[in-house]
Amino acid sequence: MVQRLDYLKETPSQTAGPYVHIGLAPGAAGFDIYRQELGWDIAGPNAKGERIRVEGVVIDGTGNPVKDVLIEAWQANAAGIYAHPEGGGEVEDGFRGWGRVITDFETGEWGFDTVKPGPVRARRKLGSGPLHPPAHANDDWQGRADEAHHDMAPHINLWIVARGINIGLNTRMYFEDEGAANATDPVLNLIEWESRRPTLIAKQAGMRDGVQVYRFDIRLQGEGETVFFDI
Amino acid sequence: MSGPAEYYQRDRERHPPAYTRDYKTSVARSPSKALISLQQSVSEVTGPVFGHNDIDPIDNDLIHNYAKPGESPIGERIIVHGRVLDENGRPVPNTLVEAWQANAGGRYRHKKDTYLAPIDPNFGGCGRTLTDENGYYFFRTVKPGAYPWRNWVNNWRPAHIHMSVFGTSFSQRLITQCYFEGDPLIAQCPIVKTIPSQDAIDSLIAALDMNATVPLDSIAYKFDIVLRGRRSTLFENRLEGN
Repeated sequence: MVQRLDYLKETPSQTAGPYVHIGLAPGAAGFDIYRQELGWDIAGPNAKGERIRVEGVVIDGTGNPVKDVLIEAWQANAAGIYAHPEGGGEVEDGFRGWGRVITDFETGEWGFDTVKPGPVRARRKLGSGPLHPPAHANDDWQGRADEAHHDMAPHINLWIVARGINIGLNTRMYFEDEGAANATDPVLNLIEWESRRPTLIAKQAGMRDGVQVYRFDIRLQGEGETVFFDI
Repeated sequence: MSGPAEYYQRDRERHPPAYTRDYKTSVARSPSKALISLQQSVSEVTGPVFGHNDIDPIDNDLIHNYAKPGESPIGERIIVHGRVLDENGRPVPNTLVEAWQANAGGRYRHKKDTYLAPIDPNFGGCGRTLTDENGYYFFRTVKPGAYPWRNWVNNWRPAHIHMSVFGTSFSQRLITQCYFEGDPLIAQCPIVKTIPSQDAIDSLIAALDMNATVPLDSIAYKFDIVLRGRRSTLFENRLEGN
């Protein structure tokens, strides 16, 4: 026997089940318990940029809407900065970049209001350079001398949980009107099957109350199945 | 920068697969195509940050956060406590842990739950808390009851508390369920058995923790949660992560 690696193992996932709403979105489900519910306001009042609305429905493998989904969104601000210590800079006061919504129990429709995110800095390509600094390295040695990828096109990260989903599904929502940026996006281009890339692109669905609406339907299984990621 | 330090690859042979026939709802809700693997970018290594302004101190006390003044829910008074750690064994401080559950009779306060066991007027069934500097959290609650569900004709969920944890990045986001030591329904449950290995199932079973009970008040169960660990930044001389 070799030595044991002393890493712990990640706690296994379980489905969020049919009553996820009372736990994570009680107010949205009509249950008044907390002074303030988290996740209702993604961008906050001070966020710069274009106000948008995103709407959709989640469809199962039988073609029916899923009416008990909870979706979380995680996005950068209009300058491409995340509200996190490693997010690339400062964000507007009150900008959280995270929110969550539940589907309508009758129709399965969901939607959220936010600002359109800006392009986000991408990781660089992995090269074959040395992993550790050479002895004579300058202070600004950065490990790899290869080319940067293009910035990532504006996108919103989504995480979907529900009854019947054993481990949360990660996907990304891109924007139809960002064709040039989408064409060079390193993640979209990672998807070998070009016919699957459009499943990640939200369609412009007109203006409502002066706000651009984007439509993003998510298909869990089968025809037009949305691309999901192992992040 | 060559890119942010990544979190360790998720061991998807330890997690339940998407398609698990005996848990029937998964049949039409599981993607049929393979997941696309991403090298993590700033999009994945960041995630929402929460603070004490977001929640109230009573939010983790399910015995009192919905009860009328001077009253409390019916059921076995318990403390569920533990630590949130990463795979490197380090505590995850200041992270949001949310919990929800049925009452002592197995009934959820949810309009879609029509089980004939009654609602408890003094029990809401949800709570939330932030881990402390050592990754420690606790909830006070009543032990949930088992309840029947429409899967096979006669399926009963073991007593369980749903747990949701954020960690420090969106890639660590996790929802799971906490079960209780000694419950014979665990071995029969198709949702539990979506998890492929017994070892992984065992890691979801909270142990009776007599040392943490409050004598003449509450029994305690210990439930530690492990989130994904993080790789070191490759170009640093001294590896932060290892």
